[in-house]
Amino acid sequence: MDISGLTIHEASELLRRREISSLDLTRAALERIARLEGKLHALVTISEDMALQQANQADDRLKRGEATPLTGVPAVIKDNMCTKGVRTTCSSKMLANFVPPYDATVVERLKAGGMVMVGKGNMDEFAMGSSTEHSAFFPTHNPWDLSRVPGGSSGGSAVAVAADEAVYSLGSDTGGSIRQPAGFCSVVGLKPTYGRVSRYGLVAFASSLDQIGPLTKDVTDCALVMNAIAGHDPRDSTSLPYPVPDYTRWLVPDLRGLRLGVPREYFVEGMQRGVEEAIRAAVAKLEELGAEVDWAVSLPYTTYSLAAYYIIAPSEASANLARYDGVKYGFSAQEAENMWDAMEKTKQGGFGPEVKRRIMLGTYALSAGYYDAYYLKAQKVRTLIRRDFDQAFEKFDAVITPTSPTVPFRIGEKVADPLQMYLSDVCTLPINIAGVPALSVPAGFADGLPVGMQVIGKPLGEEVLLRIAFAYEQATDWHKKKPEL
Amino acid sequence: MKLSGEEVKHLALLVRLGLSQAEVERFREQLSDILGAFEVLRQVDTSDVPPTAQSIALENVMRDDEPAPSLPVDQVLANAPSQEEGFFRVRAVLE
Repeated sequence: MDISGLTIHEASELLRRREISSLDLTRAALERIARLEGKLHALVTISEDMALQQANQADDRLKRGEATPLTGVPAVIKDNMCTKGVRTTCSSKMLANFVPPYDATVVERLKAGGMVMVGKGNMDEFAMGSSTEHSAFFPTHNPWDLSRVPGGSSGGSAVAVAADEAVYSLGSDTGGSIRQPAGFCSVVGLKPTYGRVSRYGLVAFASSLDQIGPLTKDVTDCALVMNAIAGHDPRDSTSLPYPVPDYTRWLVPDLRGLRLGVPREYFVEGMQRGVEEAIRAAVAKLEELGAEVDWAVSLPYTTYSLAAYYIIAPSEASANLARYDGVKYGFSAQEAENMWDAMEKTKQGGFGPEVKRRIMLGTYALSAGYYDAYYLKAQKVRTLIRRDFDQAFEKFDAVITPTSPTVPFRIGEKVADPLQMYLSDVCTLPINIAGVPALSVPAGFADGLPVGMQVIGKPLGEEVLLRIAFAYEQATDWHKKKPEL
Repeated sequence: MKLSGEEVKHLALLVRLGLSQAEVERFREQLSDILGAFEVLRQVDTSDVPPTAQSIALENVMRDDEPAPSLPVDQVLANAPSQEEGFFRVRAVLE
Protein backbone atom coordinates (compact mmCIF):
# COMPACT_ATOMS: atom_id res chain seq x y z
CA MET A 1 0.00 0.00 0.00
CA ASP A 2 1.30 3.47 -0.88
CA ILE A 3 0.58 5.38 2.28
CA SER A 4 1.50 8.79 0.80
CA GLY A 5 -1.91 8.86 -0.89
CA LEU A 6 -3.91 8.56 2.34
CA THR A 7 -6.32 11.25 3.50
CA ILE A 8 -6.15 12.62 7.06
CA HIS A 9 -9.07 10.51 8.23
CA GLU A 10 -7.68 7.34 6.64
CA ALA A 11 -4.16 7.94 8.02
CA SER A 12 -5.48 8.89 11.42
CA GLU A 13 -7.44 5.64 11.67
CA LEU A 14 -4.37 3.54 10.75
CA LEU A 15 -2.20 5.51 13.20
CA ARG A 16 -4.69 5.03 15.97
CA ARG A 17 -4.80 1.27 15.34
CA ARG A 18 -0.96 1.31 15.26
CA GLU A 19 -0.95 -0.28 11.78
CA ILE A 20 1.39 2.46 10.60
CA SER A 21 3.52 4.96 12.50
CA SER A 22 3.85 8.69 11.95
CA LEU A 23 7.47 8.01 11.06
CA ASP A 24 6.33 5.70 8.22
CA LEU A 25 3.90 8.33 6.99
CA THR A 26 6.45 11.13 7.24
CA ARG A 27 9.14 9.13 5.44
CA ALA A 28 6.66 8.31 2.68
CA ALA A 29 5.92 12.03 2.25
CA LEU A 30 9.62 12.94 2.28
CA GLU A 31 10.36 10.25 -0.32
CA ARG A 32 7.59 11.59 -2.51
CA ILE A 33 9.07 15.10 -2.12
CA ALA A 34 12.56 13.85 -3.00
CA ARG A 35 11.21 12.12 -6.10
CA LEU A 36 8.88 14.84 -7.39
CA GLU A 37 10.21 18.26 -6.37
CA GLY A 38 12.52 18.39 -9.39
CA LYS A 39 9.40 18.44 -11.58
CA LEU A 40 6.89 20.30 -9.44
CA HIS A 41 8.78 22.92 -7.39
CA ALA A 42 5.93 23.15 -4.88
CA LEU A 43 8.13 23.82 -1.85
CA VAL A 44 10.38 26.75 -0.98
CA THR A 45 11.80 24.95 2.07
CA ILE A 46 11.80 21.25 2.94
CA SER A 47 11.90 20.85 6.74
CA GLU A 48 13.03 17.23 6.87
CA ASP A 49 14.83 17.22 10.25
CA MET A 50 11.99 19.00 12.00
CA ALA A 51 9.43 16.67 10.36
CA LEU A 52 11.23 13.53 11.56
CA GLN A 53 11.50 14.95 15.07
CA GLN A 54 7.79 15.87 15.10
CA ALA A 55 6.94 12.39 13.77
CA ASN A 56 8.77 10.76 16.69
CA GLN A 57 6.96 13.01 19.14
CA ALA A 58 3.66 12.17 17.46
CA ASP A 59 4.35 8.46 17.74
CA ASP A 60 4.96 8.88 21.48
CA ARG A 61 1.73 10.78 21.78
CA LEU A 62 -0.15 8.13 19.83
CA LYS A 63 1.24 5.49 22.18
CA ARG A 64 -0.04 7.48 25.14
CA GLY A 65 -3.49 7.60 23.52
CA GLU A 66 -3.53 11.41 23.49
CA ALA A 67 -3.80 11.90 19.76
CA THR A 68 -6.04 14.25 17.78
CA PRO A 69 -7.14 13.41 14.21
CA LEU A 70 -4.18 15.49 12.94
CA THR A 71 -1.49 13.93 15.17
CA GLY A 72 1.41 12.60 13.14
CA VAL A 73 -0.01 13.66 9.78
CA PRO A 74 2.38 15.45 7.35
CA ALA A 75 1.43 18.95 6.27
CA VAL A 76 2.72 21.86 4.19
CA ILE A 77 2.29 25.47 5.32
CA LYS A 78 2.16 28.30 2.79
CA ASP A 79 5.31 30.35 3.05
CA ASN A 80 3.54 33.51 4.23
CA MET A 81 2.68 32.04 7.66
CA CYS A 82 5.32 32.48 10.34
CA THR A 83 7.00 29.27 11.50
CA LYS A 84 9.34 29.66 14.45
CA GLY A 85 12.88 28.79 13.44
CA VAL A 86 11.94 27.91 9.83
CA ARG A 87 12.44 30.66 7.26
CA THR A 88 9.29 32.33 6.00
CA THR A 89 10.00 34.01 2.68
CA CYS A 90 6.63 34.95 1.11
CA SER A 91 8.49 33.75 -2.01
CA SER A 92 10.14 37.17 -2.06
CA LYS A 93 13.74 38.27 -2.21
CA MET A 94 12.69 40.75 0.47
CA LEU A 95 12.22 37.96 3.05
CA ALA A 96 14.51 35.30 1.54
CA ASN A 97 16.46 34.98 4.83
CA PHE A 98 13.75 35.88 7.33
CA VAL A 99 13.49 33.37 10.19
CA PRO A 100 10.49 34.22 12.41
CA PRO A 101 10.98 34.22 16.18
CA TYR A 102 7.39 33.03 16.71
CA ASP A 103 4.65 30.84 15.20
CA ALA A 104 1.49 32.12 13.53
CA THR A 105 -1.60 31.19 15.56
CA VAL A 106 -2.66 28.59 12.96
CA VAL A 107 0.78 26.97 13.11
CA GLU A 108 0.72 27.02 16.90
CA ARG A 109 -2.70 25.32 16.87
CA LEU A 110 -1.66 22.66 14.36
CA LYS A 111 1.51 21.97 16.34
CA ALA A 112 -0.58 21.60 19.49
CA GLY A 113 -2.64 19.05 17.53
CA GLY A 114 0.49 17.10 16.59
CA MET A 115 1.30 18.34 13.07
CA VAL A 116 4.34 17.08 11.21
CA MET A 117 5.49 19.94 8.96
CA VAL A 118 7.37 18.68 5.90
CA GLY A 119 7.81 22.03 4.15
CA LYS A 120 6.74 25.54 3.22
CA GLY A 121 4.61 26.05 0.11
CA ASN A 122 5.73 28.18 -2.83
CA MET A 123 3.46 31.10 -3.73
CA ASP A 124 3.17 34.23 -5.78
CA GLU A 125 5.33 36.84 -4.07
CA PHE A 126 3.46 38.28 -1.06
CA ALA A 127 0.40 36.29 -2.28
CA MET A 128 -0.06 38.62 -5.25
CA GLY A 129 -0.89 36.55 -8.28
CA SER A 130 -2.96 33.73 -9.75
CA SER A 131 -0.36 31.31 -11.12
CA THR A 132 2.60 31.05 -8.69
CA GLU A 133 4.73 32.41 -11.56
CA HIS A 134 5.33 35.56 -9.49
CA SER A 135 7.42 33.60 -6.96
CA ALA A 136 10.85 35.23 -6.80
CA PHE A 137 12.42 31.76 -6.69
CA PHE A 138 10.75 29.51 -9.29
CA PRO A 139 7.32 28.79 -10.77
CA THR A 140 5.39 25.75 -9.49
CA HIS A 141 4.11 23.24 -12.06
CA ASN A 142 0.64 21.71 -12.24
CA PRO A 143 0.82 17.94 -11.54
CA TRP A 144 -1.93 17.26 -14.11
CA ASP A 145 0.14 18.87 -16.88
CA LEU A 146 3.62 20.08 -16.06
CA SER A 147 3.51 22.75 -18.77
CA ARG A 148 0.61 24.47 -16.97
CA VAL A 149 0.28 26.65 -13.88
CA PRO A 150 -1.16 25.27 -10.63
CA GLY A 151 -3.04 28.51 -10.00
CA GLY A 152 -2.11 30.90 -7.24
CA SER A 153 -1.21 32.36 -5.04
CA SER A 154 -1.25 29.19 -2.85
CA GLY A 155 0.03 27.10 -5.79
CA GLY A 156 2.68 25.23 -3.80
CA SER A 157 0.20 24.29 -1.07
CA ALA A 158 -2.29 22.96 -3.66
CA VAL A 159 0.32 20.98 -5.61
CA ALA A 160 1.84 19.43 -2.48
CA VAL A 161 -1.57 17.95 -1.63
CA ALA A 162 -2.53 16.97 -5.20
CA ALA A 163 0.83 15.21 -5.69
CA ASP A 164 0.79 13.46 -2.26
CA GLU A 165 3.87 15.32 -1.01
CA ALA A 166 1.76 16.11 2.07
CA VAL A 167 -1.61 14.95 3.35
CA TYR A 168 -2.97 18.49 3.76
CA SER A 169 -1.81 22.08 3.64
CA LEU A 170 -2.74 25.60 4.63
CA GLY A 171 -3.19 28.41 2.14
CA SER A 172 -4.29 32.00 2.36
CA ASP A 173 -6.97 33.59 0.21
CA THR A 174 -7.28 37.32 -0.50
CA GLY A 175 -9.10 37.12 -3.84
CA GLY A 176 -9.20 33.39 -4.61
CA SER A 177 -5.71 32.23 -3.62
CA ILE A 178 -6.93 29.03 -1.94
CA ARG A 179 -9.92 28.21 -4.15
CA GLN A 180 -8.46 28.87 -7.60
CA PRO A 181 -5.37 26.63 -7.11
CA ALA A 182 -7.60 24.02 -5.40
CA GLY A 183 -9.77 24.02 -8.54
CA PHE A 184 -6.75 23.93 -10.87
CA CYS A 185 -5.18 20.97 -9.00
CA SER A 186 -8.38 19.00 -8.20
CA VAL A 187 -8.26 19.26 -4.40
CA VAL A 188 -10.67 20.76 -1.85
CA GLY A 189 -9.96 24.34 -0.74
CA LEU A 190 -11.94 26.46 1.72
CA LYS A 191 -11.77 30.18 2.32
CA PRO A 192 -13.56 30.63 5.64
CA THR A 193 -15.65 33.65 6.64
CA TYR A 194 -13.46 36.71 7.23
CA GLY A 195 -12.48 36.51 10.91
CA ARG A 196 -13.24 32.79 11.38
CA VAL A 197 -9.52 31.90 11.43
CA SER A 198 -6.88 34.05 13.13
CA ARG A 199 -4.51 36.01 10.87
CA TYR A 200 -1.92 36.52 13.62
CA GLY A 201 1.45 35.62 12.09
CA LEU A 202 0.16 35.70 8.51
CA VAL A 203 2.26 38.20 6.56
CA ALA A 204 -0.26 40.91 5.67
CA PHE A 205 -1.26 41.57 2.05
CA ALA A 206 -4.74 43.16 2.14
CA SER A 207 -5.91 43.08 5.74
CA SER A 208 -9.66 43.44 5.16
CA LEU A 209 -9.65 40.53 2.67
CA ASP A 210 -6.95 38.04 3.81
CA GLN A 211 -8.10 34.76 5.32
CA ILE A 212 -6.33 31.44 6.04
CA GLY A 213 -7.90 28.09 5.15
CA PRO A 214 -7.23 24.39 4.41
CA LEU A 215 -6.37 22.57 1.17
CA THR A 216 -7.17 18.87 1.46
CA LYS A 217 -7.74 15.65 -0.50
CA ASP A 218 -11.39 15.44 0.45
CA VAL A 219 -14.18 17.26 2.28
CA THR A 220 -13.93 15.26 5.52
CA ASP A 221 -10.30 16.35 5.82
CA CYS A 222 -11.32 19.97 5.23
CA ALA A 223 -13.72 19.72 8.19
CA LEU A 224 -10.99 18.16 10.37
CA VAL A 225 -8.48 20.93 9.64
CA MET A 226 -11.13 23.59 10.25
CA ASN A 227 -11.88 22.02 13.64
CA ALA A 228 -8.22 22.58 14.52
CA ILE A 229 -7.63 26.12 13.18
CA ALA A 230 -10.95 28.00 13.52
CA GLY A 231 -11.88 30.18 16.46
CA HIS A 232 -11.22 33.40 18.30
CA ASP A 233 -7.67 34.60 18.96
CA PRO A 234 -7.09 37.53 21.30
CA ARG A 235 -4.00 38.42 19.22
CA ASP A 236 -6.14 39.12 16.13
CA SER A 237 -8.78 41.72 16.97
CA THR A 238 -10.62 40.94 13.71
CA SER A 239 -11.07 37.27 14.63
CA LEU A 240 -14.68 36.49 15.47
CA PRO A 241 -15.52 35.73 19.13
CA TYR A 242 -18.04 32.99 18.35
CA PRO A 243 -17.93 29.28 19.26
CA VAL A 244 -16.68 26.81 16.64
CA PRO A 245 -18.92 23.85 15.78
CA ASP A 246 -17.63 20.33 15.15
CA TYR A 247 -17.61 20.64 11.36
CA THR A 248 -17.55 16.86 10.82
CA ARG A 249 -21.10 16.57 12.22
CA TRP A 250 -22.42 18.24 9.08
CA LEU A 251 -21.07 15.67 6.65
CA VAL A 252 -24.25 13.92 5.53
CA PRO A 253 -24.77 12.57 2.02
CA ASP A 254 -28.13 14.21 1.45
CA LEU A 255 -29.19 17.67 0.33
CA ARG A 256 -32.94 17.57 0.93
CA GLY A 257 -34.34 20.83 2.18
CA LEU A 258 -31.48 22.97 0.83
CA ARG A 259 -32.13 25.81 -1.59
CA LEU A 260 -29.34 26.65 -4.05
CA GLY A 261 -28.97 29.53 -6.49
CA VAL A 262 -26.88 29.64 -9.68
CA PRO A 263 -26.07 33.26 -10.60
CA ARG A 264 -25.89 33.96 -14.33
CA GLU A 265 -23.23 36.69 -13.97
CA TYR A 266 -20.64 34.03 -13.11
CA PHE A 267 -20.94 32.38 -16.48
CA VAL A 268 -18.83 35.14 -17.95
CA GLU A 269 -17.72 35.96 -21.45
CA GLY A 270 -14.57 33.99 -22.16
CA MET A 271 -15.63 31.05 -19.99
CA GLN A 272 -14.48 27.78 -21.51
CA ARG A 273 -17.27 25.55 -22.72
CA GLY A 274 -15.85 22.46 -20.96
CA VAL A 275 -15.86 24.32 -17.63
CA GLU A 276 -19.44 25.49 -18.08
CA GLU A 277 -20.59 21.97 -19.01
CA ALA A 278 -18.84 20.42 -16.00
CA ILE A 279 -20.42 22.93 -13.60
CA ARG A 280 -23.92 22.56 -15.07
CA ALA A 281 -23.59 18.77 -14.73
CA ALA A 282 -22.37 19.18 -11.13
CA VAL A 283 -25.35 21.39 -10.23
CA ALA A 284 -27.69 18.84 -11.82
CA LYS A 285 -26.10 16.25 -9.52
CA LEU A 286 -26.83 18.49 -6.51
CA GLU A 287 -30.45 18.64 -7.67
CA GLU A 288 -30.52 14.84 -7.91
CA LEU A 289 -29.25 14.67 -4.31
CA GLY A 290 -32.35 16.54 -3.16
CA ALA A 291 -31.43 20.25 -3.37
CA GLU A 292 -33.87 22.72 -4.87
CA VAL A 293 -32.04 24.75 -7.54
CA ASP A 294 -32.89 28.14 -9.02
CA TRP A 295 -30.85 28.38 -12.24
CA ALA A 296 -31.57 32.04 -12.97
CA VAL A 297 -30.39 34.06 -9.99
CA SER A 298 -28.89 37.50 -10.54
CA LEU A 299 -26.14 39.16 -8.50
CA PRO A 300 -26.03 42.33 -10.59
CA TYR A 301 -23.01 44.03 -9.04
CA THR A 302 -20.74 41.03 -9.73
CA THR A 303 -19.42 42.68 -12.88
CA TYR A 304 -17.88 45.51 -10.83
CA SER A 305 -16.03 43.18 -8.46
CA LEU A 306 -12.83 43.01 -10.47
CA ALA A 307 -12.38 46.79 -10.58
CA ALA A 308 -13.36 47.24 -6.93
CA TYR A 309 -11.01 44.45 -5.84
CA TYR A 310 -8.01 45.73 -7.79
CA ILE A 311 -8.43 49.12 -6.14
CA ILE A 312 -9.07 47.93 -2.57
CA ALA A 313 -6.49 45.12 -2.37
CA PRO A 314 -3.54 47.12 -3.80
CA SER A 315 -4.47 50.12 -1.62
CA GLU A 316 -4.25 48.00 1.52
CA ALA A 317 -1.10 46.32 0.18
CA SER A 318 0.63 49.65 -0.44
CA ALA A 319 0.12 50.50 3.24
CA ASN A 320 1.06 47.02 4.55
CA LEU A 321 4.23 46.76 2.48
CA ALA A 322 5.54 50.15 3.61
CA ARG A 323 7.08 48.31 6.59
CA TYR A 324 9.84 46.77 4.42
CA ASP A 325 12.32 49.56 4.94
CA GLY A 326 15.48 47.46 5.31
CA VAL A 327 15.89 48.31 9.01
CA LYS A 328 14.20 45.71 11.21
CA TYR A 329 14.38 42.58 9.02
CA GLY A 330 14.52 41.55 5.41
CA PHE A 331 16.59 42.62 2.43
CA SER A 332 18.53 45.83 2.97
CA ALA A 333 20.40 47.68 0.24
CA GLN A 334 23.87 48.47 1.53
CA GLU A 335 25.23 50.66 -1.27
CA ALA A 336 23.34 53.90 -0.81
CA GLU A 337 24.05 57.62 -0.48
CA ASN A 338 21.71 58.34 2.44
CA MET A 339 18.65 57.08 4.34
CA TRP A 340 16.10 57.84 1.61
CA ASP A 341 18.28 56.36 -1.08
CA ALA A 342 18.74 53.20 1.02
CA MET A 343 15.00 52.86 1.46
CA GLU A 344 14.32 53.30 -2.26
CA LYS A 345 17.01 50.82 -3.24
CA THR A 346 15.83 48.30 -0.62
CA LYS A 347 12.34 48.26 -2.10
CA GLN A 348 13.63 48.33 -5.67
CA GLY A 349 15.89 45.34 -5.07
CA GLY A 350 13.66 43.41 -2.66
CA PHE A 351 10.30 43.45 -4.46
CA GLY A 352 9.44 41.77 -7.78
CA PRO A 353 7.45 43.31 -10.64
CA GLU A 354 3.89 42.33 -9.57
CA VAL A 355 4.42 43.57 -6.01
CA LYS A 356 5.81 46.88 -7.31
CA ARG A 357 2.89 47.17 -9.73
CA ARG A 358 0.35 46.73 -6.92
CA ILE A 359 2.14 49.13 -4.58
CA MET A 360 2.05 51.75 -7.35
CA LEU A 361 -1.60 51.04 -8.14
CA GLY A 362 -2.62 51.30 -4.49
CA THR A 363 -0.61 54.44 -3.96
CA TYR A 364 -2.36 56.01 -6.93
CA ALA A 365 -5.83 55.06 -5.63
CA LEU A 366 -5.04 56.53 -2.21
CA SER A 367 -3.23 59.66 -3.36
CA ALA A 368 -4.53 63.22 -3.05
CA GLY A 369 -7.01 64.03 -5.79
CA TYR A 370 -7.79 60.39 -6.64
CA TYR A 371 -8.93 59.01 -3.28
CA ASP A 372 -12.64 59.79 -3.78
CA ALA A 373 -12.76 58.66 -7.39
CA TYR A 374 -10.97 55.36 -6.77
CA TYR A 375 -10.63 54.12 -3.18
CA LEU A 376 -13.81 55.59 -1.73
CA LYS A 377 -15.78 54.69 -4.86
CA ALA A 378 -14.53 51.10 -4.65
CA GLN A 379 -15.53 50.89 -0.97
CA LYS A 380 -19.06 52.04 -1.87
CA VAL A 381 -19.27 49.46 -4.63
CA ARG A 382 -18.08 46.95 -2.03
CA THR A 383 -21.25 47.73 -0.04
CA LEU A 384 -23.39 47.00 -3.11
CA ILE A 385 -21.62 43.69 -3.78
CA ARG A 386 -22.21 42.67 -0.15
CA ARG A 387 -25.88 43.58 -0.44
CA ASP A 388 -26.18 41.32 -3.50
CA PHE A 389 -25.06 38.40 -1.35
CA ASP A 390 -27.21 39.44 1.63
CA GLN A 391 -30.26 39.42 -0.63
CA ALA A 392 -29.35 36.10 -2.26
CA PHE A 393 -28.96 34.47 1.16
CA GLU A 394 -32.47 35.54 2.16
CA LYS A 395 -33.66 33.02 -0.44
CA PHE A 396 -30.83 30.50 -0.74
CA ASP A 397 -28.67 28.41 1.58
CA ALA A 398 -25.77 28.57 -0.86
CA VAL A 399 -24.80 29.93 -4.26
CA ILE A 400 -23.03 27.69 -6.78
CA THR A 401 -20.57 28.92 -9.46
CA PRO A 402 -17.47 27.74 -11.29
CA THR A 403 -14.28 28.41 -9.29
CA SER A 404 -12.51 29.71 -12.40
CA PRO A 405 -13.67 30.54 -15.93
CA THR A 406 -10.96 28.32 -17.46
CA VAL A 407 -8.92 25.20 -16.86
CA PRO A 408 -5.26 25.75 -15.84
CA PHE A 409 -3.47 27.92 -18.41
CA ARG A 410 0.04 27.46 -19.74
CA ILE A 411 3.08 28.72 -17.86
CA GLY A 412 4.03 32.01 -19.50
CA GLU A 413 0.63 32.52 -21.15
CA LYS A 414 -0.59 35.44 -19.02
CA VAL A 415 2.40 36.60 -17.03
CA ALA A 416 3.23 39.52 -19.33
CA ASP A 417 -0.36 40.85 -19.34
CA PRO A 418 -1.44 41.80 -15.80
CA LEU A 419 -5.08 42.47 -16.74
CA GLN A 420 -5.49 39.02 -18.32
CA MET A 421 -3.99 37.47 -15.19
CA TYR A 422 -6.37 39.47 -12.96
CA LEU A 423 -9.36 38.15 -14.97
CA SER A 424 -8.59 34.57 -13.92
CA ASP A 425 -9.87 35.49 -10.43
CA VAL A 426 -13.15 36.92 -11.68
CA CYS A 427 -15.30 34.22 -10.01
CA THR A 428 -13.50 34.22 -6.67
CA LEU A 429 -12.86 37.87 -5.78
CA PRO A 430 -16.45 38.93 -5.07
CA ILE A 431 -16.45 36.48 -2.15
CA ASN A 432 -13.53 38.21 -0.39
CA ILE A 433 -15.10 41.60 -1.02
CA ALA A 434 -18.27 40.39 0.72
CA GLY A 435 -16.31 38.52 3.43
CA VAL A 436 -18.45 35.37 3.09
CA PRO A 437 -17.08 31.79 3.06
CA ALA A 438 -16.61 29.75 -0.12
CA LEU A 439 -15.18 26.37 -0.99
CA SER A 440 -13.88 24.77 -4.19
CA VAL A 441 -14.56 21.07 -4.66
CA PRO A 442 -13.33 18.90 -7.58
CA ALA A 443 -16.11 18.79 -10.21
CA GLY A 444 -14.55 16.83 -13.04
CA PHE A 445 -12.27 17.52 -15.96
CA ALA A 446 -12.36 19.40 -19.24
CA ASP A 447 -9.86 18.18 -21.84
CA GLY A 448 -8.15 16.18 -19.09
CA LEU A 449 -7.64 19.23 -16.86
CA PRO A 450 -9.34 19.84 -13.50
CA VAL A 451 -12.48 21.92 -13.02
CA GLY A 452 -13.54 23.23 -9.60
CA MET A 453 -17.07 24.01 -8.40
CA GLN A 454 -17.33 26.95 -6.01
CA VAL A 455 -19.93 26.77 -3.23
CA ILE A 456 -20.55 30.14 -1.55
CA GLY A 457 -22.31 30.51 1.81
CA LYS A 458 -23.61 32.93 4.41
CA PRO A 459 -21.22 34.45 6.94
CA LEU A 460 -20.23 31.65 9.36
CA GLY A 461 -22.08 29.15 7.15
CA GLU A 462 -19.06 26.88 6.58
CA GLU A 463 -21.07 23.87 7.80
CA VAL A 464 -23.53 24.17 4.95
CA LEU A 465 -20.73 24.42 2.37
CA LEU A 466 -19.10 21.30 3.78
CA ARG A 467 -22.41 19.44 3.74
CA ILE A 468 -23.05 20.31 0.08
CA ALA A 469 -19.49 19.48 -0.98
CA PHE A 470 -19.53 16.23 1.00
CA ALA A 471 -22.78 15.01 -0.54
CA TYR A 472 -21.46 15.87 -4.00
CA GLU A 473 -18.13 14.16 -3.34
CA GLN A 474 -19.83 10.98 -2.08
CA ALA A 475 -21.92 10.86 -5.27
CA THR A 476 -18.91 11.34 -7.58
CA ASP A 477 -15.36 10.02 -7.62
CA TRP A 478 -13.43 13.06 -8.92
CA HIS A 479 -11.54 13.36 -5.64
CA LYS A 480 -10.15 9.85 -6.06
CA LYS A 481 -8.51 10.62 -9.42
CA LYS A 482 -4.77 11.21 -9.13
CA PRO A 483 -2.34 12.81 -11.57
CA GLU A 484 0.19 10.44 -13.18
CA LEU A 485 3.62 11.48 -12.00
CA MET B 1 -6.61 57.36 -18.55
CA LYS B 2 -3.02 58.01 -19.56
CA LEU B 3 -0.33 58.47 -16.93
CA SER B 4 2.79 60.47 -17.67
CA GLY B 5 6.28 59.38 -16.74
CA GLU B 6 6.39 62.28 -14.24
CA GLU B 7 3.23 61.00 -12.51
CA VAL B 8 4.73 57.52 -12.22
CA LYS B 9 7.89 58.97 -10.69
CA HIS B 10 5.82 61.07 -8.26
CA LEU B 11 3.91 57.96 -7.07
CA ALA B 12 7.15 56.06 -6.60
CA LEU B 13 8.52 58.93 -4.52
CA LEU B 14 5.41 58.89 -2.28
CA VAL B 15 6.18 55.27 -1.29
CA ARG B 16 9.98 55.57 -1.60
CA LEU B 17 10.12 52.86 -4.24
CA GLY B 18 13.16 53.13 -6.48
CA LEU B 19 12.40 52.51 -10.18
CA SER B 20 14.67 52.23 -13.20
CA GLN B 21 13.82 54.24 -16.33
CA ALA B 22 12.64 51.00 -17.97
CA GLU B 23 10.33 50.28 -15.01
CA VAL B 24 8.91 53.82 -15.17
CA GLU B 25 8.06 53.30 -18.82
CA ARG B 26 6.58 49.82 -18.29
CA PHE B 27 4.46 50.91 -15.31
CA ARG B 28 3.31 54.01 -17.20
CA GLU B 29 1.78 51.76 -19.86
CA GLN B 30 0.50 48.99 -17.60
CA LEU B 31 -0.98 51.25 -14.92
CA SER B 32 -2.68 53.34 -17.62
CA ASP B 33 -4.33 50.17 -19.00
CA ILE B 34 -5.38 48.92 -15.57
CA LEU B 35 -6.74 52.29 -14.46
CA GLY B 36 -8.61 52.45 -17.77
CA ALA B 37 -10.35 49.20 -16.90
CA PHE B 38 -11.46 50.73 -13.57
CA GLU B 39 -13.46 53.43 -15.43
CA VAL B 40 -16.35 50.94 -15.39
CA LEU B 41 -17.01 51.94 -11.74
CA ARG B 42 -18.18 55.35 -12.91
CA GLN B 43 -21.34 53.67 -14.25
CA VAL B 44 -22.41 52.69 -10.73
CA ASP B 45 -24.67 55.13 -8.87
CA THR B 46 -23.28 55.21 -5.33
CA SER B 47 -24.78 58.54 -4.25
CA ASP B 48 -26.60 57.14 -1.20
CA VAL B 49 -24.31 54.19 -0.52
CA PRO B 50 -22.04 54.16 2.55
CA PRO B 51 -18.52 52.77 2.09
CA THR B 52 -17.53 49.36 3.49
CA ALA B 53 -14.03 49.18 4.96
CA GLN B 54 -14.33 45.64 6.33
CA SER B 55 -16.94 42.92 6.21
CA ILE B 56 -17.49 41.97 9.86
CA ALA B 57 -19.76 43.62 12.38
CA LEU B 58 -17.09 44.02 15.07
CA GLU B 59 -16.22 47.58 16.02
CA ASN B 60 -13.55 49.01 18.31
CA VAL B 61 -12.41 45.75 19.85
CA MET B 62 -10.85 46.63 23.20
CA ARG B 63 -8.74 44.63 25.62
CA ASP B 64 -7.33 45.20 29.10
CA ASP B 65 -3.84 46.64 29.12
CA GLU B 66 -2.15 43.79 30.96
CA PRO B 67 1.60 43.25 30.96
CA ALA B 68 2.66 39.98 29.35
CA PRO B 69 6.02 38.50 28.40
CA SER B 70 7.42 39.64 25.07
CA LEU B 71 10.22 38.30 22.88
CA PRO B 72 13.78 38.63 24.20
CA VAL B 73 15.80 41.43 22.58
CA ASP B 74 18.29 39.07 20.91
CA GLN B 75 15.45 37.25 19.12
CA VAL B 76 13.87 40.51 18.02
CA LEU B 77 17.20 41.69 16.62
CA ALA B 78 18.13 38.33 15.10
CA ASN B 79 16.85 39.32 11.64
CA ALA B 80 18.17 42.91 11.71
CA PRO B 81 20.42 43.80 8.77
CA SER B 82 22.47 45.96 11.12
CA GLN B 83 22.50 46.25 14.93
CA GLU B 84 24.58 47.76 17.69
CA GLU B 85 24.42 47.37 21.47
CA GLY B 86 20.92 45.92 21.49
CA PHE B 87 19.48 48.45 19.03
CA PHE B 88 18.61 48.51 15.33
CA ARG B 89 21.33 50.50 13.59
CA VAL B 90 19.99 52.98 11.03
CA ARG B 91 21.50 55.59 8.74
CA ALA B 92 21.60 59.20 9.83
CA VAL B 93 18.16 60.80 9.45
CA LEU B 94 19.57 64.35 9.45
CA GLU B 95 22.86 64.95 7.72
